[in-house]
Amino acid sequence: MTQEVAFEQEKILKSSWGGGKSPFGVSREKFTMWIFILSDAFTFGGLLAGYGSLRASLPSWPSRIEVFSSFPFTSAKLPLVFVSIMTFILICSSLTMALAVDAGKRMERKSVLKYLLLTIGGGFLFLLCQAYEWGHLIHEGARLTSNPWGVPLFSASFFVITGFHGSHVLSGVIVLIVMAIRVAKGIYDKRGSYEGVEVAGLYWHFVDLVWVFIFAFFYLL
Amino acid sequence: MTEMTHKSSKKIYWRVWFQLLAITIVEIIVAFLPISHSLMALLFTIMALMKASLIAGYFMHLKFEQLGLVYSIVLPLILIVALAAALIPDGSVALLMRLGLGY
Repeated sequence: MTQEVAFEQEKILKSSWGGGKSPFGVSREKFTMWIFILSDAFTFGGLLAGYGSLRASLPSWPSRIEVFSSFPFTSAKLPLVFVSIMTFILICSSLTMALAVDAGKRMERKSVLKYLLLTIGGGFLFLLCQAYEWGHLIHEGARLTSNPWGVPLFSASFFVITGFHGSHVLSGVIVLIVMAIRVAKGIYDKRGSYEGVEVAGLYWHFVDLVWVFIFAFFYLL
Repeated sequence: MTEMTHKSSKKIYWRVWFQLLAITIVEIIVAFLPISHSLMALLFTIMALMKASLIAGYFMHLKFEQLGLVYSIVLPLILIVALAAALIPDGSVALLMRLGLGY
């Protein structure tokens, strides 16, 4: 009889929701990051849905080919070239992040550090590009409440949406710098797992994922 | 065995990167095509969702997680679609009101 009870107990513990293991097969850290990403997705979803609604309610919207056509160090008009390069930078930094996580699974500390530094470089470059873009548009007269190209809501939604995304990139860069320091110190080698890098990577990929939608619906549409 | 799977996942990441790049280039080309605004919006939605699922599926490893986790993360996102589906037509009605066409 007692043997039967013990057997039952073991069966419960081995089941998904029995309390013996993580029901989703991931660590607490990773699951929490996923929940955070979900909540952040709602934030950006709200911003983009609001932008869609604003845009649908306006008879005209400034031409993106006219507005997003400047490029540093040249006065030539290159429509959408600069923002395409920004997108390229972010896609590349996502790749190097994935490669850092991959190297972490093989416990190759130097390789993780190399790819993390490349990712930080990409993020930093993206922020520089955004700073240039903002500076340029502000110089041309764009404000939260007005802009020279048309409806005021254009610059309002531009600054709010790209600003929100940019602040996420900035937080991501800071998190990755912390990760790089911890990797360099060998903290994850001592722990026997590079999961911290993986969780930070999830956040970084999410920032790239949000940019996919901002790029498609704000810059290209 | 683990060595082999890790080697192949590195290849997958490069492949996904290339696919993301290819879709982005198509997006930029579409942006300059002389097509209607709503068709362009539809094409961008499809391509953005393709890119998003590539990033979430491979870079964020979601494709290889347990189904319970996948559903817990992906299904709530329907709420964003619902929000957009509620707000964007509302904006169109507001446009009609602005132009003085009904309502």
